[in-house]
Amino acid sequence: MADDDQARAIEIKGLTTKFGAHVVHDALDLEVRRAETFAIVGGSGSGKSTLLREMILLHRPDGGSIRLLGTDIGTLDEEAARPLRQRIGVMFQQGGLFASMTVAENVGMPLREYTGLDDALVDEIAAAKIALTGLEAEAGLKFPSELSGGMHQRAALARALALDPELLFLDEPTAGLDPASADGVGALVRELRDLLGLTVVIITHDLDLLWQVTDRVAVLGGGKVRGVGSMAELAQMTHPDIRPYFDTPRARAAQQDAARRGDVDRLTEAAGHG
Amino acid sequence: MKASPPTPGESPATLDFAAPATWTLGGHWTALGLGELAKRLPSRGEQAQGRPVIDGSAVAALDTVGATVIEHWLARAGQGGEADWRGWKPAHEKLLARIREQGEAEPPVQPSPLGPVAAVGKATVDFLDELRALLRLVGECAVAVRMAIRHPSRIRWRPFLHHVGIAGLAAMPIVGLLALLMGVVVAYQGATQLVKYGANVFVVDLVGLAMLREFAPLVTAIIVAGRSGAAYAAQLGTMVVTEEVDALRTLGIPPVEMLVLPRVLALVLVMPLLTVYADVLGIVGGMVMATAKLGVDPEAFLDRLPRAVDVTQLMLGVGKAPVFAAIIVLVGCFQGLRTRGGADAVGAQTTRAVMQSIFLVIVADAAFSILFSMLGL
Repeated sequence: MADDDQARAIEIKGLTTKFGAHVVHDALDLEVRRAETFAIVGGSGSGKSTLLREMILLHRPDGGSIRLLGTDIGTLDEEAARPLRQRIGVMFQQGGLFASMTVAENVGMPLREYTGLDDALVDEIAAAKIALTGLEAEAGLKFPSELSGGMHQRAALARALALDPELLFLDEPTAGLDPASADGVGALVRELRDLLGLTVVIITHDLDLLWQVTDRVAVLGGGKVRGVGSMAELAQMTHPDIRPYFDTPRARAAQQDAARRGDVDRLTEAAGHG
Repeated sequence: MKASPPTPGESPATLDFAAPATWTLGGHWTALGLGELAKRLPSRGEQAQGRPVIDGSAVAALDTVGATVIEHWLARAGQGGEADWRGWKPAHEKLLARIREQGEAEPPVQPSPLGPVAAVGKATVDFLDELRALLRLVGECAVAVRMAIRHPSRIRWRPFLHHVGIAGLAAMPIVGLLALLMGVVVAYQGATQLVKYGANVFVVDLVGLAMLREFAPLVTAIIVAGRSGAAYAAQLGTMVVTEEVDALRTLGIPPVEMLVLPRVLALVLVMPLLTVYADVLGIVGGMVMATAKLGVDPEAFLDRLPRAVDVTQLMLGVGKAPVFAAIIVLVGCFQGLRTRGGADAVGAQTTRAVMQSIFLVIVADAAFSILFSMLGL
């Protein structure tokens, strides 16, 4: 069991979720390994967002079990969940930045809440995180409402990284970003994974991001996982829920672009090891 | 590359200065593992002697917070941030190098706050700005009203009726209840005084005058300000934040015409009606009290009423209502449309709207009293 917990960041078994009569997840199984970058994709209404909410302890599933960093979260009460929450970071699609605080205060807040660091050091670490995500230092003084879309996204990422979480969840990290910024986010995710050994779970529709950074991808459909594997492996699968990620013009363009960058080599290599 | 058990709580970060100029680090050098250690080090004198040796062979985990703290101390230890690194795992070395390469990120400095004189000046300028913007909205409303009179077909009847229902019909239970209680209170307070002089029947004059001229319009206005004024500010504020107001403009629809005018017309129509309704229930409340405490039965009460108060008193009270309505709806819409920023700004503007409209309603009521007394009414 301990070995399993070492190797797996998330282990989902027989997950069932219903909203009234509507079944969102029907005995869904999924595993995310430690230190891998994992993406969850699927059409609208395929239950990606609900799955994310269940993994970050915001929604209780109706059945099945979820193990997060070796802890079964089905039985946790709020008190017991707190240490676990400190080990995960979440970047919400709309950012979720606190509007009444500056960016620097937003990023520093988890540090002030959970560590004994003094204010000067917290400010310095917050400034370092803000710089790490590619924002200007002056952005730290701004309020979220004064930021552009891309800056907002980066600030949200900086806060998600504040406590150096072992497990980082990103909900549509490149939505609404210009191509250069989106590329920047991709590069940043890869750098963080290499540097900190982060496990990253991404919910995304961004085909370029899928090719660029992910080790493995799960495609959701009909309440189940339709396929899991590297992008190169998924490209060989024939399920109709998977094909749109490869057979549409946009998908082909993204694939060709990734091939040009030499990412396909990296991915097939990773698949060979995996 | 594993963030491995035991958890930071079980093996927190440790630091040892046993050998001179040697820092021996151990445990979890992470955000959660550092604990009190981060506060302790910079005051130590041991760092000064030459180039320190930093031994990381016992470090179980390192993250950017831990690495930043180490670099931060090193930068303050003199020696230009130089050190001999010993026994570090390659992954940790890489992270330390990355943090060093980024350099010490200086938190930006907040511009200093204004002095007292400048603050007063800024507040004054802001106030005048706000007043000018309010006047502009009043002007735009006047233009919209003129348009509505010339082309009644361009009035948006659906939102108008919707707001008549929400601000008028839905407010009836609470307005009625409070007016009734108001009548009871006025009669009860007067009763003890009137009994002393045997002037029991004058309770009719007291309740009639107080309710018709003052209490009914004022109580109605305060309730409507809290219910509808707040709602208008919140609705319009949210629409500004979600860019709905901008969308209206780009579609060529003036927001004042679409959003403000129906609310103005609805409230100006509804407030006098609510006031008359409050008049009736206030007098009923007084009548109940008069029967119970003063022995003035309803028949005698109603017989006395037309002689105690005339139509002028009723009209004076009801006549204030449209003015109060205009104040409430304009301040509510104005504060809503002035919302800038995000969700928390909506709350702030709503609070301002309610405070300002109640304040202005009471000021207007005082102005009416002065005016009426000058006119001898």
